Amino acid sequence: MKNILEINNVTKFYKNSVKALENVDLNIKEGEIFALLGPNGAGKSTLINSICGIVNFNTGTIKINNMDIVKNYRTTRKITGIVPQELNLESFETVWNNVNYSRGLFGKKPDHNYIEKLLKQLSLWDKKDNKIKELSGGMKRRVLIAKALSHQPKLLFLDEPTASVDVELRKDMWDVVKKLNEDGVTIILTTHYIEEAEELSDRVAVINDGKIILVDEKDKLIKKLGEKTIKIELFEPIEKINGNLSKYNFTLDQTNKIISHTYNLNSNTTDITELLNDVKKDGYEIKDINTEQSSLEEIFIKLIKENNNELVRN
Amino acid sequence: MNWFGIKAIYIHEMERFRRTLFQSLASPIITTSLYFVVFGSAIGSRITEIDGINYGSYIVPGMIMLTILTQSISNASFAFYFPRFTNTIYEILAAPLSSFEIVLGFVGAAASKSLIIGCVIILTANFFVDVRIDHPLLMMFFLILTSITFALFGFIIGMYAEGFEGLQIIPILVITPLVFLGGSFYSINMLPEFWQKISLLNPVLYLISGFRYSFYEVSDVSLFTSTLTILTILIGCIIFITYTFSKGYRIKD
Repeated sequence: MKNILEINNVTKFYKNSVKALENVDLNIKEGEIFALLGPNGAGKSTLINSICGIVNFNTGTIKINNMDIVKNYRTTRKITGIVPQELNLESFETVWNNVNYSRGLFGKKPDHNYIEKLLKQLSLWDKKDNKIKELSGGMKRRVLIAKALSHQPKLLFLDEPTASVDVELRKDMWDVVKKLNEDGVTIILTTHYIEEAEELSDRVAVINDGKIILVDEKDKLIKKLGEKTIKIELFEPIEKINGNLSKYNFTLDQTNKIISHTYNLNSNTTDITELLNDVKKDGYEIKDINTEQSSLEEIFIKLIKENNNELVRN
Repeated sequence: MNWFGIKAIYIHEMERFRRTLFQSLASPIITTSLYFVVFGSAIGSRITEIDGINYGSYIVPGMIMLTILTQSISNASFAFYFPRFTNTIYEILAAPLSSFEIVLGFVGAAASKSLIIGCVIILTANFFVDVRIDHPLLMMFFLILTSITFALFGFIIGMYAEGFEGLQIIPILVITPLVFLGGSFYSINMLPEFWQKISLLNPVLYLISGFRYSFYEVSDVSLFTSTLTILTILIGCIIFITYTFSKGYRIKD
């Protein structure tokens, strides 16, 4: 699949000499959902704002559909939409006027049928004549999405799309994002919520201190960096660890009936077969077995910690 | 050119004007009426004529200019500062709009509002005094050019203002005194020679003088100098805005 977005060696300094982005390289494939993860101040919003033309970057190039975003800003911006992190809206304007205004800004002639369809899709149609100030936070977030989609972009940036929204609404938003992607929109989202990236994205990048420290497919990342834990539940508790089981570094729960053994999927041997055999050899009957895989959140925290330690050492 | 984009900004701004139509028009009408009561009736009863023109009629161009200048500046500065304040500016910056198109949308709307208010003041003045316009085209030329120029000036204030108070500083501390001292309510020929020379340093004097010429064919300075002054301010504002936009100052950090 071809790249819709290519970022090469982009660096951004703010006026107070704070380096917000450092030699960022990133390619986004057409049609994917890409999650950009990172702690506060990592550079996620700066990167998105640089791509969308909201802030100027200092060095490097950014191309959308193989066109430089500075030289060909008219063409590239026409196919780009952004949903900002903050609920930045004209409070005294109606939903209808707000969305049509955005479409006009992006150089598209009025299309009331499309806007009507869009508002219906986002469950905003019955609020079209309401002023923004009369809407709930969740509704405002939907208006921002409607505004970003008003000019039918091919590439959509969602900057913390579910920040400060309740769990139910977050799930609704996820459905909206999935639907947009099914309709052919490439989506790049920044998020604090790892479960959001886990639920939605095809690929993930981790950014810390202005640098991209990792880019990979989400599933591969979980597999590559993830640890698994096997939990073996026994019928009878283990009185004392001796015999064959003494060579393993496992933990027991309070009842002494559940053995937890952690292993890495990438290692050559996981010891599972041997462990199960040894449990049997030592005379214990197995009641149940289940495995748990480390979440993206655990992987993310691990990566950031490692990166921060490296920064301190340097 | 992104005409739909320019139109979107223009209509969005004019819609704000429509929403606050009463406040937008009531204030200049009441102020104009008060000026006529104070200057026209109270002071005018002691100054019958200036350059052969009835005093009440003589001050009409100055009053229109005072309103046009202050309204153009406040409309444009507020219009551009407000989206900066609410952060809705992100959408304009992310849109396929050139700096020129952004300015055209905002300044066009601010100048249009001022022109509407200017015309309302001319109508209001007619209720108090006889208003004669000897050169209507020249009057419109000055009215439009002044509205655009000072809307550009307001746009600059909107770009640089740190807060709502910042929007008021230049109009209150600079523009209003310059208009009052620029011959709005008198001819500089009435001043001692020293103050006449000082008055010639005031650019607003040239605007009022040229504008008054279009009404009554009387002026303190030549029509050419007046036209040159307004064009110089206009070009200065355009250069300043172009430079500021090219640096992304205060807008694109």
